[in-house]
Amino acid sequence: MTTVEASPLVELRGITASYGPIDVLHGIDLAAPPGAVTALLGPNGAGKTTTLRVLAGLHPATAGDILLAGRRVNGARADDLARAGLCLVPEGRGVFPNLSVRENLRVATHAGHGLAQVEEVAYARFPKLGERRAQLAGTLSGGEQQMLALARAVATDPGVLLLDELSMGLAPIVVGELYEQVARIAAGGVAVVVVEQFARIALRVADRATVLVGGRVAAEGTPGELEGSLADVYLGGNR
Amino acid sequence: MTDPPALKVIGVTVRFGGNVAVDDVSLAAQAGAITGLIGPNGAGKTTLFNVISGLQPPTSGAVHLEGADVTRLPTHKRARRGMARTFQRLELFGILTAHGNVKLAVDVRARADRDIRAGVNADAEAYALLERVGLLDLAHMRADSLSTGKARLVELARALAIRPKVLLLDEPASGLTEEETVQFGAILRELAGEGMAVVLVEHDVSLVFAVCDVVHVLDRGALLASGDPSSIRADQRVLDAYLGDAGVPG
Amino acid sequence: MDQFLIATITGLSTAGIFAIAASGLVLTYTTTGIFNFAHGAVGMLAAFSYWQLLDWGLPTGVAVAVVLLVLGPLFGLLVEAVVMRGLFDAPETSRLVVSVALLAAALGLGVWLWPVDESRPLDFWFEDNFLGILGVRVRWHEAIAFILAVVVAIGLRVLLRSTRAGVTMRAVVDDRGLASLNGARPGRSAALAWALGCSLAALAGILLAPAQALSQQTLTLLIVNAYAAAMLGRLRNLPMTFLGAAVLGLLDSYGFFYLPTDGRFGPYLSTFRFAIPVVVLFIVLIALPSARLRTNAARRRLAAPRPTWFTAGFQAAAVVGGAVVLAIGLSDADALRAAKAVGFALIALSLVPLVGWAGQLCLCQMSFAAIGAVCMGHLGQGGNPWALLAGALIAAVVGVLVALPAARLTGIELALATAAFAVILDRWIFAMPDIHLWGMTLSTFNRNPVPVDRLSLPFAGTLTTKGLLVALAVAFALLHLLVVAVRRSRAGDLLLALRESPAACATLGIDPAGTRLAVFAFSAALAAVGGGLYAGTLGSISPSSFDLFQTLPLLLLTVAGGVAASGGAIFAGVVLGLIPVVGATFAGIAGLLGILPGTMGATLGRNPDGVSTQLAERLAPLRSKPAVLAVVVVVDVALALAWANDVLGGWEASIAAFLLPFLAARGVNATRAPRTARLADPLDGLEDRRLGPADVSAIDEALALAEVTR
Repeated sequence: MTTVEASPLVELRGITASYGPIDVLHGIDLAAPPGAVTALLGPNGAGKTTTLRVLAGLHPATAGDILLAGRRVNGARADDLARAGLCLVPEGRGVFPNLSVRENLRVATHAGHGLAQVEEVAYARFPKLGERRAQLAGTLSGGEQQMLALARAVATDPGVLLLDELSMGLAPIVVGELYEQVARIAAGGVAVVVVEQFARIALRVADRATVLVGGRVAAEGTPGELEGSLADVYLGGNR
Repeated sequence: MTDPPALKVIGVTVRFGGNVAVDDVSLAAQAGAITGLIGPNGAGKTTLFNVISGLQPPTSGAVHLEGADVTRLPTHKRARRGMARTFQRLELFGILTAHGNVKLAVDVRARADRDIRAGVNADAEAYALLERVGLLDLAHMRADSLSTGKARLVELARALAIRPKVLLLDEPASGLTEEETVQFGAILRELAGEGMAVVLVEHDVSLVFAVCDVVHVLDRGALLASGDPSSIRADQRVLDAYLGDAGVPG
Repeated sequence: MDQFLIATITGLSTAGIFAIAASGLVLTYTTTGIFNFAHGAVGMLAAFSYWQLLDWGLPTGVAVAVVLLVLGPLFGLLVEAVVMRGLFDAPETSRLVVSVALLAAALGLGVWLWPVDESRPLDFWFEDNFLGILGVRVRWHEAIAFILAVVVAIGLRVLLRSTRAGVTMRAVVDDRGLASLNGARPGRSAALAWALGCSLAALAGILLAPAQALSQQTLTLLIVNAYAAAMLGRLRNLPMTFLGAAVLGLLDSYGFFYLPTDGRFGPYLSTFRFAIPVVVLFIVLIALPSARLRTNAARRRLAAPRPTWFTAGFQAAAVVGGAVVLAIGLSDADALRAAKAVGFALIALSLVPLVGWAGQLCLCQMSFAAIGAVCMGHLGQGGNPWALLAGALIAAVVGVLVALPAARLTGIELALATAAFAVILDRWIFAMPDIHLWGMTLSTFNRNPVPVDRLSLPFAGTLTTKGLLVALAVAFALLHLLVVAVRRSRAGDLLLALRESPAACATLGIDPAGTRLAVFAFSAALAAVGGGLYAGTLGSISPSSFDLFQTLPLLLLTVAGGVAASGGAIFAGVVLGLIPVVGATFAGIAGLLGILPGTMGATLGRNPDGVSTQLAERLAPLRSKPAVLAVVVVVDVALALAWANDVLGGWEASIAAFLLPFLAARGVNATRAPRTARLADPLDGLEDRRLGPADVSAIDEALALAEVTR
């Protein structure tokens, strides 16, 4: 992957957020340029998922700016952001379990593409889905569900793709396959942000990474710069 | 013959539909020790806690409290036998004061306990518990106006009010300041010193390594490793579980 | 055999109508998470509108089209936009109360637009044309109903599986957040679901109406039967719902054909038919697995004032004093009205612990009251007050029996189960003649109104009308003090804790189900005492004075008034007492007043703590200035005496007496230095007040100071 110098497509500046009385983010800065994978790393409870939810309009920021293509979009509704081309695949449940594979894809047809076209693209990318088009998504294997989630996300032609814990509970070989697709999607000009607690996996495909600890940015840099310091961040030890 | 462990989890499995949230986990917590339970997100820690405290029936397996099988007992009966817990998302009674929260628990225990001395002063006992966690001066604040850190301490005091033999703490340090975390660790050591079995689910790994006697690591629902903190810290499998498997083809 | 065939075919036709109604209910519930209690009332309104259109001379086809394609969907869209939007993440109790309020409002609207004293016959479609099926003569109307049910089933399947709108609706059900992330508009899905749901309710109403006399309550209840079918599919599963409808339709029909109407059991079973669907509903609810213990669901700050004894005593004295003044100044007829209002407030008081603190939405409170009333009628001859105690005990036992299966259910299920119990009692048990068992006679209404004697007290003898008013006020004051005592005790805290987090309660050793049983028993006993006293003001009681439709205004007005404290009960009594007075003064809006309880309940989303809680907050400053308080009391008493002696008019005196305390409280507030004074003693009574961040920091400051000086 090459280093990309384009201006960010999506950006957070000084974001703070809380759940009721619990403050979880204390001033997050994050920038994701198009055509690159930006990784958001950190231990459990560091605020990674909340950061993505703020980005996607699912959780209010108490301070700071959310910029999409240079325009401040604080307070925009999730469905409006989705229609504007910002797509989040949430953690562990990116599919509608009681809908068939085809119906899952149908939900994503608002961008003006017909169902046939969306299906064609999806099945070309993930042939396994084509074999199971009439099956309920809830009965697919974990890896297939994530493929479906990715396929549906891509079907909407997003400018920004946010992926939360794509690897959760999956076998390593499947994870590798999925991240290969993620890299390809980014190469097509999409700004991809991945949240991943398994840092090494993410660093393999990321162009830049931000490490969160306790709701603050602890480190930022290229994968090479960060790899060494990760053990400290995760296990707090002095290895 | 040694005494049975205060808490024993035997082959517990929990399935949600096709998903295995907890996969054949067995572990024990000794009285007088702090047992840590760590693992990446989604490893099944909170689900396991729910099974232990009776909020989630297991698909299979058993939970023993001081040698007695309590798998089929409802939550409140386990509590009366000395099992207390706190919650990851705060579960204080916001409409009551901090003192009211603790006093309610003292009252319930005093009434359920048959051989309690007459004339338990629930008021005084509740104040004493709040003092123990250092919150006496906030005793009359409504619980829902407390900061997260303080609220977690009230939850601890409330759990202590039932005089637990086993104390389950779910992410007790999240929302605490560094200073509060240190104080919190000291309280935990004190409780263990009094003979309580403390079980700690926590993502602040440094706290776990600092205070625990034994640490269990869960990964994708299964027990990955068990041992004392230094051996866990040195365990390559644990680091892999946290950072992601190094063996991914890429 | 022939009869069986006829019964089966008739049953299937009824089943078709139930299926249509139930599928509409399931549709709105699954897509919006709101159980539409008003579904039956929507069908009722549709049937009346249909009659109205025919009455204006429209052809049948046009009238059907207007109702199904215009009025039904329009009503649905209106409800969604005005009432329901924004409720999807509200606490379950609020959602339920709003939906119950909608039912009450729709009923009120129906009675207002189409006064009950008129007969409105409706013809079957295609008049009395029959066709032969297996040698059985079947009305075209019935055949059409069945065919329409099949069409609805197929149509819903096509909509939900093969159109983008339908698939999106299901996606919203599966995962609302994820659907938004995919650009779906949950609001639009909800609007569509409400429009469709109401249209289906309307269709069911039109189909049902010709076989019934066009009556608001009967028609509404008939569609309520469909709720049982929907429950069979746990409110989610459409095929199971259709199956449930078939079972219900057939049972209903077999019941009609085969239940004996004479012989030894005839009198007891003939009315059972009307209860079959609710009995099924009740059984289904009992058979459901227990809901898991909820963790802290309500993140909203709850308010449940913990009055001091001074405040409580003052309130009690004010109620009694007010009643004495009214007894002096009112005519006998008006005093009786006022006594009824107090009786109503007494029953409403029983909702405070159950709904206000424990958060259990119970729809059979008037049934508990009926038990007290019946006891008063049978055991309290000559006005024996001990009958009240007997009623309270019996009601407590019944309360436990109802709560035994219900206490482990979720909010919707509990509301439905208690509503089902109310209907079982009202339509079946109370419609029975006396039961003779083992030499004992169990008597309820024995198909006749039961006379209830006025209370007779030691020293006072049988009470006069004015005496009754004062006695009821004294009873209210005493029970108010009892309720305050419970609130101030451990039990009060326990119930509030249970509402906030049953899971946390259980981990402290509190048995959630047992605690709920206890509060049900207490509340039922209170309601029975209230019911017994209320019955004394009626003179003679019949089942309809205590049916489900009487519980609705009781519940809604109390909630609107603030169900967490006795003030809500007073509010309910005052509003219900004033409705006929206002109606008589302003005849033009008399009908409109029937909608009042419903509309008040529907605004709950905006004012969740209720009116009386807010008013009490406004009056709080008076507590700190006894001198001002004394002056206010003296002036109010003077105003009252001036009215009683005809110096002042009733309206002028009441308005002045009502406004004075608030003006005085404002005055007190204005003369005080705002914060320092209020926080003079930071440890005192803070729990009753809502704290903002500013308060918190101010208290921290105050505490730090106190520590230094200690």
